[in-house]
Amino acid sequence: MAEISTPARRTAGGCTGDALRWVQPLLFVLCLLPLTWLLFAALGGRLGPNPVEEITHGTGEFGLRLLLATLAITPLRRLTGWAWLIRLRRMLGLFAFLYASLHLATYLWLDQFFDWHAILDDIVRRPYISVGFGAFVLMIPLAVTSTKGWVRRLGRRWRQLHRLVYPIAILAVLHFLWLVKADLLQPGIYAGILTLLLLARLPLPGRTPADRPSARTATRPRRDVTAG
Amino acid sequence: MLIKRPPTIPAAAITPPAVYARRREFLRTAALAGLGAGLAGALLRPGTAAARTARTPDPERVIAGIIPSAYSTDEAWTSFEDITKYNNFYEFGTEKFNPWRNAGALRTRPWTVVVDGACARPGEIGIEDILRDFTQEERVYRLRCVEAWSMVVPWVGFPLGDLLRRFEPSANAKYVAFETLYDPKQMPGQRRPVLQWPYREGLRMDEAMHPLTILATGLYGEILPNQNGAPLRLVVPWKYGFKSIKSIVRISFSEQQPPTAWNQMQPDEYGFYANVNPHVDHPRWSQKSHRIIGEGLFSPKQPTLLFNGYADEVAPLYAGMNLRRFY
Repeated sequence: MAEISTPARRTAGGCTGDALRWVQPLLFVLCLLPLTWLLFAALGGRLGPNPVEEITHGTGEFGLRLLLATLAITPLRRLTGWAWLIRLRRMLGLFAFLYASLHLATYLWLDQFFDWHAILDDIVRRPYISVGFGAFVLMIPLAVTSTKGWVRRLGRRWRQLHRLVYPIAILAVLHFLWLVKADLLQPGIYAGILTLLLLARLPLPGRTPADRPSARTATRPRRDVTAG
Repeated sequence: MLIKRPPTIPAAAITPPAVYARRREFLRTAALAGLGAGLAGALLRPGTAAARTARTPDPERVIAGIIPSAYSTDEAWTSFEDITKYNNFYEFGTEKFNPWRNAGALRTRPWTVVVDGACARPGEIGIEDILRDFTQEERVYRLRCVEAWSMVVPWVGFPLGDLLRRFEPSANAKYVAFETLYDPKQMPGQRRPVLQWPYREGLRMDEAMHPLTILATGLYGEILPNQNGAPLRLVVPWKYGFKSIKSIVRISFSEQQPPTAWNQMQPDEYGFYANVNPHVDHPRWSQKSHRIIGEGLFSPKQPTLLFNGYADEVAPLYAGMNLRRFY
C-alpha cells in the first residue's frame, strides 16, 4: 500500500488512500446495520403486528437506498473531486444486491410460502411485481461480474454491461411507485432522487464527463476532476 | 334466523407438516446461534385464543351491560395490541402505526351525528344517547382488509338498522351515505390531499338494514380507541375494511348512490360494493388469500372466502348480480 500513499498519488486522487482505509470498513458496518436490526427485532418478536410486511418493506427500502447510493458516487466524485469514492461503489452495489435478494427471498418464502403457482401468476400479471422481479434478474450479472477478475476479463464490455444499473434503478423505483395505494409521497421522493442522479450524468456542453478513463490521464488539467 | 357456526378450528388453520418441519429447522438454527428457546417462542407467537385475549380491561373505559350475540365467530381474537397499533385511518397518516401515534388529540366528547336526507324525522343524536338508547352487543367479526390481511375483532356495537329506523327513512331512501369528521387540526393526515376529504362511504339500503351491519362503539368490552374510529364507526364484516367508515359525523338517506372516498380516488380499483371476493382480484394484487395478523413470521396465508365467510347471511342480497362488474 506504500504506492498509494506516495505524494504523487495523493494529488492525483484529490484525497488519500488513508481516508479510504477507515471509510471502507465504516461503510461496511453501516450497510450491515439495517440487516442486523431486522434480525434482532425478528428474533425478539419486535417487528409489530405484521412482521412479514416489516421485513419485506425494510429489505426493499434498503436495497433501493443502496442502489441509489451507488448511482450517487459519480456525481459526488465530480462535486468533491475525491477520486477514491469510486472504490466504495462495488461494496455498495453488492450490499444493494444482498438486500434485494433478501427482499425477494422474503416474498418467496415468508409471504408466498413457495406457492409457485401464485408466484408465477404475480410475476406475469402484476406489473409492480414484474418490474421488481425484472430489476432483480438484471442485478444478477452485475453482482457476478463485480470481481477484479471479471473486470479484467470483460475489459470495455464491463462498463457497457454495468450500465444496466440505470434500467435496474428505474424498474426498482417503478416497483415502489406501482405498489402504493394512494400516498405517493415516499416513492415520489425516491423517484425525485433518481431523476436528479440521472440528470447529473448528462454531459454539460463543452465538458468531458470526469469519470471517463480518458479524462483521468495525467495530461488533463485538474479542473476535470473537480468539475461539478 | 338460524346461524351456522364455523367449527372451532377450521381445517385450513392446521399447520401443514412441511411448514411444521421448517419451524423445527428454524428452532435448531436459533439454538445453534446461541439464542434461547424463549426468544424463538416469542417469535412464533402461538395463535391460541387464551394467549391472544388475555387483557385486563381499563375500568375507566369499560362499557356496561354488553350482551353476547349469536352472530359472533368462535375464532381466536386478534390481540388488543395488534388491533390498536395496526390501522388504516389515513386521517392520522398513511403508515399503519400513525393512527396509534397521532389519534390521541381527537376529542370524542361531546360528539354529535347529524342524520338527514330522505327521511321523515331528520335530526341529530349525541354519542351518550347512542350508548344509552341502544343495547350494546359484543360482535366478534372477521375483518378483511383490501390489502390482503385480516383480523378477528371483538367489536361492541348495535345494528345500524335500529338507529336508521328511528329517523323514519322515506320510500325513496335507496342508499345511506356516511361522512367522517373533517378537522385538519385534530386529524393531521387531512392536511395533505391523499384522499378527497372528508372520507365518505355508502351502503345500499338493504345492506344498511342487514342485521350483520353494525355501528361500533367499542372493542374488547371498552369504548373505542381513537385510532379505531372513535366514538362511532361502521362495521360491515363481509366487505373490505375501507367500507367500514370511522369517526362518523353525518348519516344521510339518499335516492342516488353516494360518492365514496376510495372509489373517487381510484374507480377501477375500489368499487362501491367492495364485497370480499377471492374471485375478483384487485387490479394490482390477488385477493385469493390473506395474511392473519398476529400469526407471526412462519404461518402461510389463508384462503379468502366469498363475502369473508358470511355468504350464508348476505349472498341473497346480491342474487343475480354480476359481482365482477359490481366489485
